Amino acid sequence: MTCSSELELSRRGLLAAGAATAAMTQVSVADAQGVSPSKPPPAMHVSFTVNGKRRELTLDTRTTLLDALREHLQLTGSKKGCDHGQCGACTVIVDGTRINSCLTLAVMHEGAKITTIEGLGTPERLHPMQAAFIKHDGYQCGYCTPGQICSAVAVLGEIAAGIPSHVTASLTGKPGVTNDEIRERMSGNICRCGAYSNILEAMTEVAGTRA
Amino acid sequence: MKPFTYERATTPAEAAAAVVRQPGSRFIAGGTNLLDLMKLEIETPAHLIDVNGLKLDTIEPTPDGGLRIGALVSNTNLAADQGVRRDYGVLSRAIVAGASGQLRNKATTAGNLLQRTRCPYFYDTNQACNKRRPGSGCAAIGGYSRQLAIIGTSDACIATYPGDMAVAMRLLDATVETVQPNGAARTIPIADFHKLWGKTPHIETALTNGELITAVTLPRPLGGTHVYHKVRDRASYAYALVSVAAVIQRDGTGRVAIGGIAPKPWRVEAADHAMPQGAKAVASRLLAGAKPTHDNAFKVPLVERTLAAVLAETRAA
Repeated sequence: MTCSSELELSRRGLLAAGAATAAMTQVSVADAQGVSPSKPPPAMHVSFTVNGKRRELTLDTRTTLLDALREHLQLTGSKKGCDHGQCGACTVIVDGTRINSCLTLAVMHEGAKITTIEGLGTPERLHPMQAAFIKHDGYQCGYCTPGQICSAVAVLGEIAAGIPSHVTASLTGKPGVTNDEIRERMSGNICRCGAYSNILEAMTEVAGTRA
Repeated sequence: MKPFTYERATTPAEAAAAVVRQPGSRFIAGGTNLLDLMKLEIETPAHLIDVNGLKLDTIEPTPDGGLRIGALVSNTNLAADQGVRRDYGVLSRAIVAGASGQLRNKATTAGNLLQRTRCPYFYDTNQACNKRRPGSGCAAIGGYSRQLAIIGTSDACIATYPGDMAVAMRLLDATVETVQPNGAARTIPIADFHKLWGKTPHIETALTNGELITAVTLPRPLGGTHVYHKVRDRASYAYALVSVAAVIQRDGTGRVAIGGIAPKPWRVEAADHAMPQGAKAVASRLLAGAKPTHDNAFKVPLVERTLAAVLAETRAA
Protein backbone atom coordinates (compact mmCIF):
# COMPACT_ATOMS: atom_id res chain seq x y z
CA MET A 1 0.00 0.00 0.00
CA THR A 2 1.29 3.40 -0.91
CA CYS A 3 2.32 5.60 1.96
CA SER A 4 0.21 8.74 2.00
CA SER A 5 3.29 10.92 2.42
CA GLU A 6 4.49 9.86 -1.04
CA LEU A 7 1.33 11.36 -2.52
CA GLU A 8 1.74 14.64 -0.75
CA LEU A 9 3.22 17.28 -3.00
CA SER A 10 4.90 20.36 -1.70
CA ARG A 11 3.61 23.68 -2.99
CA ARG A 12 6.92 24.21 -4.79
CA GLY A 13 6.68 20.74 -6.38
CA LEU A 14 3.11 21.33 -7.50
CA LEU A 15 4.06 24.63 -9.17
CA ALA A 16 7.01 22.98 -10.91
CA ALA A 17 4.81 20.14 -12.15
CA GLY A 18 2.23 22.66 -13.34
CA ALA A 19 4.86 24.63 -15.24
CA ALA A 20 6.15 21.45 -16.87
CA THR A 21 2.63 20.51 -17.96
CA ALA A 22 2.09 24.00 -19.36
CA ALA A 23 5.38 23.82 -21.25
CA MET A 24 4.44 20.43 -22.67
CA THR A 25 1.07 21.76 -23.75
CA GLN A 26 2.76 24.68 -25.42
CA VAL A 27 5.14 22.40 -27.30
CA SER A 28 2.38 20.08 -28.47
CA VAL A 29 0.20 22.98 -29.68
CA ALA A 30 3.21 24.46 -31.44
CA ASP A 31 4.00 21.10 -33.03
CA ALA A 32 0.42 20.75 -34.19
CA GLN A 33 0.73 24.10 -35.93
CA GLY A 34 4.13 23.29 -37.39
CA VAL A 35 5.94 26.09 -35.57
CA SER A 36 8.82 25.80 -33.17
CA PRO A 37 8.01 27.56 -29.89
CA SER A 38 11.01 29.85 -30.28
CA LYS A 39 9.77 31.07 -33.66
CA PRO A 40 6.43 32.88 -33.61
CA PRO A 41 4.21 32.52 -36.67
CA PRO A 42 4.80 35.17 -39.35
CA ALA A 43 3.06 38.48 -38.65
CA MET A 44 2.50 41.51 -40.86
CA HIS A 45 1.35 45.07 -40.53
CA VAL A 46 -1.83 46.10 -42.34
CA SER A 47 -3.90 49.27 -42.35
CA PHE A 48 -7.42 49.79 -43.62
CA THR A 49 -10.47 51.89 -42.93
CA VAL A 50 -13.34 50.28 -41.02
CA ASN A 51 -16.61 52.20 -40.81
CA GLY A 52 -14.80 55.45 -41.63
CA LYS A 53 -12.07 54.96 -39.02
CA ARG A 54 -8.49 54.22 -39.99
CA ARG A 55 -7.15 51.09 -38.29
CA GLU A 56 -3.58 49.80 -38.01
CA LEU A 57 -2.95 46.20 -37.02
CA THR A 58 -0.07 43.78 -36.83
CA LEU A 59 -1.50 40.34 -37.42
CA ASP A 60 -0.55 36.70 -37.80
CA THR A 61 -0.75 36.34 -41.60
CA ARG A 62 -3.39 33.61 -41.12
CA THR A 63 -5.90 36.06 -39.62
CA THR A 64 -9.01 36.30 -41.75
CA LEU A 65 -10.69 39.66 -42.23
CA LEU A 66 -13.54 38.31 -40.09
CA ASP A 67 -11.23 37.46 -37.18
CA ALA A 68 -9.46 40.81 -37.51
CA LEU A 69 -12.80 42.59 -37.20
CA ARG A 70 -14.15 40.47 -34.36
CA GLU A 71 -11.08 39.54 -32.31
CA HIS A 72 -8.77 42.50 -32.90
CA LEU A 73 -11.14 45.42 -33.46
CA GLN A 74 -13.95 44.12 -31.22
CA LEU A 75 -16.49 44.63 -34.02
CA THR A 76 -18.46 41.52 -33.15
CA GLY A 77 -21.50 42.35 -35.28
CA SER A 78 -20.13 40.30 -38.19
CA LYS A 79 -20.69 36.67 -37.27
CA LYS A 80 -18.77 33.45 -37.75
CA GLY A 81 -21.17 30.76 -38.88
CA CYS A 82 -19.52 28.13 -41.05
CA ASP A 83 -16.14 29.90 -41.54
CA HIS A 84 -16.05 28.42 -45.08
CA GLY A 85 -18.06 30.87 -47.19
CA GLN A 86 -21.20 28.77 -47.17
CA CYS A 87 -23.53 30.62 -44.80
CA GLY A 88 -22.98 34.36 -45.37
CA ALA A 89 -23.14 35.36 -41.66
CA CYS A 90 -19.74 37.07 -42.08
CA THR A 91 -20.79 39.23 -45.06
CA VAL A 92 -19.26 42.73 -45.02
CA ILE A 93 -18.93 45.40 -47.70
CA VAL A 94 -15.38 46.01 -48.95
CA ASP A 95 -14.74 48.85 -51.40
CA GLY A 96 -18.44 48.84 -52.29
CA THR A 97 -18.92 45.09 -52.84
CA ARG A 98 -20.17 42.43 -50.45
CA ILE A 99 -17.82 39.57 -49.68
CA ASN A 100 -17.47 36.70 -47.20
CA SER A 101 -15.01 38.12 -44.66
CA CYS A 102 -14.17 34.59 -43.48
CA LEU A 103 -12.69 33.65 -46.87
CA THR A 104 -10.19 36.46 -47.19
CA LEU A 105 -7.06 37.35 -45.26
CA ALA A 106 -6.87 40.64 -43.39
CA VAL A 107 -3.40 41.34 -44.86
CA MET A 108 -4.92 41.23 -48.36
CA HIS A 109 -6.88 44.43 -47.60
CA GLU A 110 -4.19 47.08 -47.27
CA GLY A 111 -5.86 50.45 -47.90
CA ALA A 112 -9.37 48.98 -48.26
CA LYS A 113 -12.58 50.65 -47.09
CA ILE A 114 -14.61 48.18 -45.05
CA THR A 115 -18.18 48.61 -43.87
CA THR A 116 -19.63 46.27 -41.25
CA ILE A 117 -23.09 46.22 -39.69
CA GLU A 118 -21.77 48.62 -37.02
CA GLY A 119 -20.99 51.13 -39.77
CA LEU A 120 -24.33 50.95 -41.58
CA GLY A 121 -26.31 52.42 -38.70
CA THR A 122 -26.50 52.81 -34.93
CA PRO A 123 -29.31 51.99 -32.50
CA GLU A 124 -30.16 55.71 -32.50
CA ARG A 125 -29.84 56.19 -36.25
CA LEU A 126 -30.77 52.97 -37.99
CA HIS A 127 -29.95 52.34 -41.63
CA PRO A 128 -33.25 52.07 -43.56
CA MET A 129 -32.54 48.36 -44.12
CA GLN A 130 -32.06 47.80 -40.38
CA ALA A 131 -35.34 49.62 -39.68
CA ALA A 132 -37.13 47.55 -42.32
CA PHE A 133 -35.80 44.26 -40.88
CA ILE A 134 -37.20 45.28 -37.49
CA LYS A 135 -40.53 46.39 -38.94
CA HIS A 136 -41.00 43.19 -40.97
CA ASP A 137 -39.57 40.84 -38.33
CA GLY A 138 -36.79 39.76 -40.71
CA TYR A 139 -35.11 37.50 -38.13
CA GLN A 140 -35.72 35.25 -35.18
CA CYS A 141 -32.47 34.37 -33.38
CA GLY A 142 -30.63 37.21 -35.13
CA TYR A 143 -27.32 35.42 -35.65
CA CYS A 144 -27.36 35.67 -39.45
CA THR A 145 -28.92 39.14 -39.44
CA PRO A 146 -25.80 41.36 -39.68
CA GLY A 147 -24.71 39.36 -42.73
CA GLN A 148 -28.23 39.41 -44.16
CA ILE A 149 -28.45 43.19 -43.80
CA CYS A 150 -25.00 43.88 -45.30
CA SER A 151 -25.88 41.55 -48.16
CA ALA A 152 -29.34 43.10 -48.60
CA VAL A 153 -27.93 46.63 -48.86
CA ALA A 154 -25.36 45.48 -51.44
CA VAL A 155 -27.91 43.42 -53.41
CA LEU A 156 -30.10 46.47 -54.05
CA GLY A 157 -26.95 48.25 -55.24
CA GLU A 158 -26.09 45.34 -57.57
CA ILE A 159 -29.58 45.39 -59.08
CA ALA A 160 -29.42 49.18 -59.52
CA ALA A 161 -26.02 48.78 -61.22
CA GLY A 162 -27.60 46.36 -63.73
CA ILE A 163 -25.51 43.33 -62.73
CA PRO A 164 -27.36 40.26 -64.08
CA SER A 165 -28.31 37.24 -61.97
CA HIS A 166 -29.26 33.65 -62.73
CA VAL A 167 -32.96 34.63 -62.93
CA THR A 168 -32.56 37.80 -65.01
CA ALA A 169 -34.69 37.18 -68.11
CA SER A 170 -32.66 39.18 -70.62
CA LEU A 171 -28.91 39.68 -70.46
CA THR A 172 -29.18 42.85 -72.50
CA GLY A 173 -31.94 44.40 -70.36
CA LYS A 174 -31.81 45.72 -66.80
CA PRO A 175 -32.78 43.46 -63.92
CA GLY A 176 -35.72 44.63 -61.82
CA VAL A 177 -36.36 44.47 -58.08
CA THR A 178 -38.56 41.37 -58.14
CA ASN A 179 -39.12 38.61 -55.60
CA ASP A 180 -37.25 36.16 -57.83
CA GLU A 181 -34.26 38.49 -58.22
CA ILE A 182 -34.01 39.14 -54.48
CA ARG A 183 -34.36 35.46 -53.55
CA GLU A 184 -31.71 34.40 -56.07
CA ARG A 185 -29.25 37.12 -55.07
CA MET A 186 -29.67 36.43 -51.33
CA SER A 187 -29.00 32.68 -51.72
CA GLY A 188 -25.53 33.06 -50.16
CA ASN A 189 -27.09 34.09 -46.84
CA ILE A 190 -28.56 31.18 -44.94
CA CYS A 191 -31.17 31.72 -42.19
CA ARG A 192 -31.82 28.57 -40.19
CA CYS A 193 -34.79 30.20 -38.46
CA GLY A 194 -36.34 30.61 -41.89
CA ALA A 195 -37.06 34.35 -41.86
CA TYR A 196 -36.66 34.52 -45.62
CA SER A 197 -40.14 35.77 -46.52
CA ASN A 198 -39.88 38.62 -44.00
CA ILE A 199 -36.39 39.52 -45.23
CA LEU A 200 -37.86 39.67 -48.73
CA GLU A 201 -40.56 42.07 -47.53
CA ALA A 202 -38.01 44.27 -45.77
CA MET A 203 -35.81 44.48 -48.86
CA THR A 204 -38.79 45.14 -51.11
CA GLU A 205 -39.90 48.02 -48.91
CA VAL A 206 -36.44 49.59 -48.93
CA ALA A 207 -36.25 49.20 -52.72
CA GLY A 208 -39.47 51.19 -52.90
CA THR A 209 -41.61 48.65 -54.71
CA ARG A 210 -44.46 46.38 -53.72
CA ALA A 211 -43.80 42.72 -52.96
CA MET B 1 -4.26 26.73 -40.91
CA LYS B 2 -0.50 26.19 -41.17
CA PRO B 3 1.62 29.32 -40.75
CA PHE B 4 2.82 30.99 -43.94
CA THR B 5 4.71 34.07 -45.03
CA TYR B 6 3.04 36.51 -47.39
CA GLU B 7 4.15 39.00 -50.03
CA ARG B 8 2.48 41.22 -52.61
CA ALA B 9 3.78 40.95 -56.15
CA THR B 10 3.71 43.94 -58.51
CA THR B 11 4.37 42.34 -61.92
CA PRO B 12 3.40 38.95 -63.39
CA ALA B 13 7.05 38.02 -64.01
CA GLU B 14 7.98 38.93 -60.43
CA ALA B 15 5.12 36.81 -59.10
CA ALA B 16 6.10 33.80 -61.21
CA ALA B 17 9.75 34.10 -60.17
CA ALA B 18 8.80 34.39 -56.47
CA VAL B 19 7.07 31.00 -56.56
CA VAL B 20 10.23 29.28 -57.73
CA ARG B 21 12.39 31.18 -55.22
CA GLN B 22 10.27 30.04 -52.27
CA PRO B 23 9.46 26.33 -52.21
CA GLY B 24 5.87 25.58 -51.24
CA SER B 25 4.55 28.89 -52.58
CA ARG B 26 1.11 29.51 -53.98
CA PHE B 27 -0.47 32.48 -55.71
CA ILE B 28 -3.52 33.96 -54.05
CA ALA B 29 -6.11 36.15 -55.82
CA GLY B 30 -9.74 35.86 -54.67
CA GLY B 31 -8.75 33.13 -52.23
CA THR B 32 -12.28 31.75 -51.95
CA ASN B 33 -11.20 28.19 -52.74
CA LEU B 34 -7.58 28.27 -51.54
CA LEU B 35 -8.33 29.66 -48.06
CA ASP B 36 -11.20 27.21 -47.64
CA LEU B 37 -8.75 24.36 -48.35
CA MET B 38 -6.02 25.92 -46.19
CA LYS B 39 -8.35 26.00 -43.19
CA LEU B 40 -8.83 22.25 -43.63
CA GLU B 41 -5.06 21.83 -44.18
CA ILE B 42 -5.72 20.20 -47.54
CA GLU B 43 -3.61 23.03 -48.96
CA THR B 44 -0.59 23.92 -46.81
CA PRO B 45 1.47 26.57 -48.64
CA ALA B 46 4.52 27.89 -46.78
CA HIS B 47 4.33 31.19 -48.65
CA LEU B 48 1.54 33.14 -50.35
CA ILE B 49 2.12 35.52 -53.22
CA ASP B 50 -0.77 37.97 -53.48
CA VAL B 51 -1.29 38.74 -57.17
CA ASN B 52 -4.18 41.17 -56.73
CA GLY B 53 -1.91 44.13 -57.49
CA LEU B 54 -0.90 42.92 -60.96
CA LYS B 55 -3.46 45.08 -62.78
CA LEU B 56 -4.74 42.13 -64.80
CA ASP B 57 -8.33 43.23 -64.28
CA THR B 58 -9.42 44.61 -67.64
CA ILE B 59 -11.52 43.20 -70.49
CA GLU B 60 -10.33 44.33 -73.92
CA PRO B 61 -11.14 43.51 -77.55
CA THR B 62 -8.47 41.57 -79.44
CA PRO B 63 -7.26 42.58 -82.94
CA ASP B 64 -9.04 39.58 -84.51
CA GLY B 65 -12.46 40.43 -83.08
CA GLY B 66 -12.32 38.40 -79.88
CA LEU B 67 -12.09 39.39 -76.23
CA ARG B 68 -9.15 39.26 -73.81
CA ILE B 69 -10.21 38.81 -70.19
CA GLY B 70 -7.60 39.69 -67.55
CA ALA B 71 -6.84 36.94 -65.03
CA LEU B 72 -8.03 39.10 -62.13
CA VAL B 73 -11.39 40.17 -63.56
CA SER B 74 -13.93 39.14 -60.93
CA ASN B 75 -16.68 36.71 -61.83
CA THR B 76 -19.25 39.45 -61.19
CA ASN B 77 -17.53 41.95 -63.48
CA LEU B 78 -17.05 39.37 -66.22
CA ALA B 79 -20.70 38.29 -66.14
CA ALA B 80 -21.84 41.94 -66.11
CA ASP B 81 -19.57 43.13 -68.92
CA GLN B 82 -21.72 44.54 -71.75
CA GLY B 83 -19.61 42.92 -74.50
CA VAL B 84 -19.75 39.51 -72.82
CA ARG B 85 -23.51 39.80 -72.29
CA ARG B 86 -24.04 40.76 -75.93
CA ASP B 87 -21.63 38.40 -77.72
CA TYR B 88 -20.85 35.59 -75.27
CA GLY B 89 -24.10 35.23 -73.36
CA VAL B 90 -23.38 31.60 -72.46
CA LEU B 91 -20.39 32.80 -70.42
CA SER B 92 -22.43 35.34 -68.43
CA ARG B 93 -25.13 32.72 -67.87
CA ALA B 94 -22.64 30.09 -66.70
CA ILE B 95 -20.99 32.47 -64.22
CA VAL B 96 -24.21 33.67 -62.60
CA ALA B 97 -25.35 30.04 -62.28
CA GLY B 98 -22.41 29.40 -59.94
CA ALA B 99 -21.68 30.13 -56.27
CA SER B 100 -23.22 33.11 -54.42
CA GLY B 101 -23.10 36.85 -55.01
CA GLN B 102 -20.46 37.29 -52.29
CA LEU B 103 -18.22 34.61 -53.80
CA ARG B 104 -18.60 35.88 -57.38
CA ASN B 105 -17.57 39.35 -56.19
CA LYS B 106 -14.28 37.93 -54.94
CA ALA B 107 -13.56 34.99 -57.26
CA THR B 108 -11.37 35.74 -60.28
CA THR B 109 -11.26 34.44 -63.85
CA ALA B 110 -7.96 32.61 -63.36
CA GLY B 111 -8.81 31.35 -59.89
CA ASN B 112 -12.14 29.96 -61.06
CA LEU B 113 -10.34 27.90 -63.73
CA LEU B 114 -8.17 26.46 -60.94
CA GLN B 115 -11.06 25.63 -58.62
CA ARG B 116 -10.46 22.19 -57.14
CA THR B 117 -12.96 19.36 -56.96
CA ARG B 118 -15.72 19.29 -54.36
CA CYS B 119 -15.59 15.51 -53.98
CA PRO B 120 -16.50 14.86 -50.31
CA TYR B 121 -13.66 12.37 -49.97
CA PHE B 122 -11.16 15.00 -51.12
CA TYR B 123 -12.49 17.34 -48.43
CA ASP B 124 -12.53 14.74 -45.64
CA THR B 125 -8.90 14.37 -44.56
CA ASN B 126 -9.70 11.11 -42.76
CA GLN B 127 -10.51 9.41 -46.06
CA ALA B 128 -8.22 7.93 -48.68
CA CYS B 129 -7.84 10.25 -51.67
CA ASN B 130 -5.30 9.93 -54.47
CA LYS B 131 -5.77 13.59 -55.30
CA ARG B 132 -5.02 14.81 -51.77
CA ARG B 133 -2.47 12.13 -50.86
CA PRO B 134 -1.16 10.38 -53.99
CA GLY B 135 -1.12 6.62 -53.62
CA SER B 136 -3.53 6.49 -50.66
CA GLY B 137 -6.43 5.13 -52.73
CA CYS B 138 -9.88 6.45 -53.61
CA ALA B 139 -12.61 6.19 -51.01
CA ALA B 140 -15.13 7.64 -53.48
CA ILE B 141 -15.01 4.47 -55.59
CA GLY B 142 -17.55 2.26 -53.86
CA GLY B 143 -18.50 5.16 -51.60
CA TYR B 144 -21.11 7.89 -51.84
CA SER B 145 -20.72 9.01 -55.44
CA ARG B 146 -23.99 10.65 -56.42
CA GLN B 147 -22.31 13.97 -57.32
CA LEU B 148 -19.25 12.44 -58.97
CA ALA B 149 -18.09 11.82 -62.52
CA ILE B 150 -19.51 9.37 -65.03
CA ILE B 151 -16.96 9.77 -67.82
CA GLY B 152 -13.23 10.49 -68.14
CA THR B 153 -12.67 8.82 -64.76
CA SER B 154 -9.97 6.33 -63.82
CA ASP B 155 -9.33 3.60 -61.28
CA ALA B 156 -7.54 6.24 -59.21
CA CYS B 157 -10.20 8.99 -59.11
CA ILE B 158 -13.83 9.67 -60.03
CA ALA B 159 -14.00 13.34 -58.96
CA THR B 160 -15.59 16.04 -61.10
CA TYR B 161 -14.33 19.43 -62.12
CA PRO B 162 -16.95 21.50 -60.25
CA GLY B 163 -17.03 24.86 -62.03
CA ASP B 164 -19.52 26.48 -64.40
CA MET B 165 -17.47 29.29 -65.99
CA ALA B 166 -14.94 26.91 -67.55
CA VAL B 167 -17.72 24.89 -69.21
CA ALA B 168 -18.74 27.98 -71.18
CA MET B 169 -15.10 28.81 -71.92
CA ARG B 170 -14.57 25.28 -73.25
CA LEU B 171 -17.63 25.70 -75.46
CA LEU B 172 -16.24 28.98 -76.80
CA ASP B 173 -12.75 27.49 -77.43
CA ALA B 174 -11.03 29.97 -75.14
CA THR B 175 -7.26 30.17 -74.81
CA VAL B 176 -5.44 30.48 -71.48
CA GLU B 177 -2.46 32.86 -71.52
CA THR B 178 0.31 32.36 -68.98
CA VAL B 179 3.73 33.61 -67.98
CA GLN B 180 6.41 31.24 -66.72
CA PRO B 181 9.05 31.92 -64.05
CA ASN B 182 11.68 32.59 -66.73
CA GLY B 183 9.42 35.32 -68.10
CA ALA B 184 8.34 33.36 -71.18
CA ALA B 185 4.69 33.62 -72.19
CA ARG B 186 2.68 30.73 -73.59
CA THR B 187 -0.90 29.98 -74.58
CA ILE B 188 -2.83 26.83 -73.69
CA PRO B 189 -6.07 25.88 -75.50
CA ILE B 190 -8.75 25.39 -72.85
CA ALA B 191 -9.34 21.87 -74.18
CA ASP B 192 -5.84 20.97 -72.96
CA PHE B 193 -5.89 23.03 -69.77
CA HIS B 194 -7.74 20.62 -67.45
CA LYS B 195 -6.32 17.09 -67.31
CA LEU B 196 -8.10 13.78 -67.10
CA TRP B 197 -7.19 12.15 -63.80
CA GLY B 198 -5.57 8.95 -65.13
CA LYS B 199 -3.04 7.56 -62.66
CA THR B 200 -2.09 11.04 -61.39
CA PRO B 201 -5.27 12.75 -60.16
CA HIS B 202 -3.21 15.22 -58.11
CA ILE B 203 -2.08 16.78 -61.41
CA GLU B 204 -5.14 18.79 -62.40
CA THR B 205 -4.04 21.28 -65.04
CA ALA B 206 -1.38 21.84 -67.69
CA LEU B 207 0.29 24.56 -65.58
CA THR B 208 3.90 23.98 -64.54
CA ASN B 209 5.42 25.07 -61.22
CA GLY B 210 5.31 28.85 -60.93
CA GLU B 211 3.34 29.37 -64.13
CA LEU B 212 0.86 32.22 -63.72
CA ILE B 213 -2.33 32.74 -65.71
CA THR B 214 -2.42 36.30 -67.06
CA ALA B 215 -5.54 36.22 -69.25
CA VAL B 216 -8.19 34.14 -70.98
CA THR B 217 -8.85 35.01 -74.62
CA LEU B 218 -12.12 34.32 -76.44
CA PRO B 219 -12.17 33.97 -80.23
CA ARG B 220 -14.61 35.93 -82.40
CA PRO B 221 -18.27 35.67 -81.34
CA LEU B 222 -20.19 32.67 -82.73
CA GLY B 223 -23.59 34.34 -83.01
CA GLY B 224 -26.55 32.01 -82.46
CA THR B 225 -28.57 31.44 -79.33
CA HIS B 226 -26.60 31.06 -76.10
CA VAL B 227 -27.88 28.83 -73.30
CA TYR B 228 -26.51 27.56 -69.99
CA HIS B 229 -28.85 25.12 -68.32
CA LYS B 230 -27.80 23.87 -64.90
CA VAL B 231 -29.56 21.04 -63.06
CA ARG B 232 -28.85 20.90 -59.33
CA ASP B 233 -30.32 19.79 -56.02
CA ARG B 234 -31.60 23.27 -55.13
CA ALA B 235 -32.49 26.29 -57.24
CA SER B 236 -29.48 28.40 -56.29
CA TYR B 237 -26.02 28.13 -54.74
CA ALA B 238 -25.33 24.45 -55.47
CA TYR B 239 -22.93 22.56 -57.71
CA ALA B 240 -24.20 21.08 -60.95
CA LEU B 241 -25.44 17.53 -61.17
CA VAL B 242 -25.42 18.15 -64.92
CA SER B 243 -25.03 21.42 -66.78
CA VAL B 244 -25.32 22.07 -70.50
CA ALA B 245 -23.63 25.00 -72.24
CA ALA B 246 -24.76 25.42 -75.82
CA VAL B 247 -24.64 27.79 -78.76
CA ILE B 248 -27.27 26.86 -81.36
CA GLN B 249 -27.56 28.40 -84.81
CA ARG B 250 -30.81 28.98 -86.74
CA ASP B 251 -30.19 25.95 -88.98
CA GLY B 252 -29.99 23.63 -85.98
CA THR B 253 -26.22 23.24 -86.04
CA GLY B 254 -24.24 24.22 -82.99
CA ARG B 255 -21.98 23.06 -80.23
CA VAL B 256 -22.40 21.80 -76.70
CA ALA B 257 -20.27 21.29 -73.57
CA ILE B 258 -21.33 19.52 -70.39
CA GLY B 259 -20.43 20.25 -66.76
CA GLY B 260 -20.78 18.15 -63.63
CA ILE B 261 -20.02 14.80 -65.24
CA ALA B 262 -16.25 14.61 -65.80
CA PRO B 263 -12.82 15.73 -64.57
CA LYS B 264 -13.04 18.61 -67.04
CA PRO B 265 -15.64 20.51 -69.06
CA TRP B 266 -16.83 17.73 -71.39
CA ARG B 267 -16.99 18.39 -75.11
CA VAL B 268 -16.89 15.88 -77.99
CA GLU B 269 -16.64 17.11 -81.59
CA ALA B 270 -18.59 14.15 -82.99
CA ALA B 271 -21.45 15.16 -80.69
CA ASP B 272 -21.42 18.72 -82.05
CA HIS B 273 -21.81 17.29 -85.57
CA ALA B 274 -24.90 15.40 -84.44
CA MET B 275 -26.71 18.52 -83.18
CA PRO B 276 -29.27 18.65 -86.02
CA GLN B 277 -30.25 15.03 -85.19
CA GLY B 278 -31.44 15.92 -81.71
CA ALA B 279 -30.65 15.28 -78.06
CA LYS B 280 -30.50 11.48 -78.17
CA ALA B 281 -27.91 11.43 -80.96
CA VAL B 282 -25.81 14.13 -79.27
CA ALA B 283 -25.97 12.51 -75.81
CA SER B 284 -24.99 9.07 -77.09
CA ARG B 285 -21.86 10.54 -78.72
CA LEU B 286 -21.02 12.67 -75.68
CA LEU B 287 -21.31 9.74 -73.30
CA ALA B 288 -19.77 6.93 -75.36
CA GLY B 289 -17.63 4.94 -72.92
CA ALA B 290 -19.27 6.42 -69.80
CA LYS B 291 -18.70 4.43 -66.61
CA PRO B 292 -21.25 5.66 -64.09
CA THR B 293 -21.49 4.26 -60.57
CA HIS B 294 -24.68 2.87 -59.04
CA ASP B 295 -25.23 6.24 -57.30
CA ASN B 296 -24.72 8.48 -60.32
CA ALA B 297 -26.11 6.39 -63.19
CA PHE B 298 -29.03 8.86 -63.24
CA LYS B 299 -26.70 11.40 -64.82
CA VAL B 300 -26.67 9.45 -68.12
CA PRO B 301 -30.38 10.02 -68.90
CA LEU B 302 -30.18 13.43 -67.22
CA VAL B 303 -27.63 14.62 -69.81
CA GLU B 304 -29.97 13.65 -72.65
CA ARG B 305 -33.00 15.22 -70.97
CA THR B 306 -31.19 18.45 -70.18
CA LEU B 307 -29.97 18.61 -73.77
CA ALA B 308 -33.54 18.06 -74.99
CA ALA B 309 -34.72 20.92 -72.77
CA VAL B 310 -31.99 23.18 -74.16
CA LEU B 311 -32.88 22.33 -77.77
CA ALA B 312 -36.57 22.95 -77.08
CA GLU B 313 -35.73 26.27 -75.44
CA THR B 314 -33.65 27.44 -78.39
CA ARG B 315 -36.32 26.38 -80.89
CA ALA B 316 -38.84 28.43 -78.95
CA ALA B 317 -36.51 31.46 -78.80
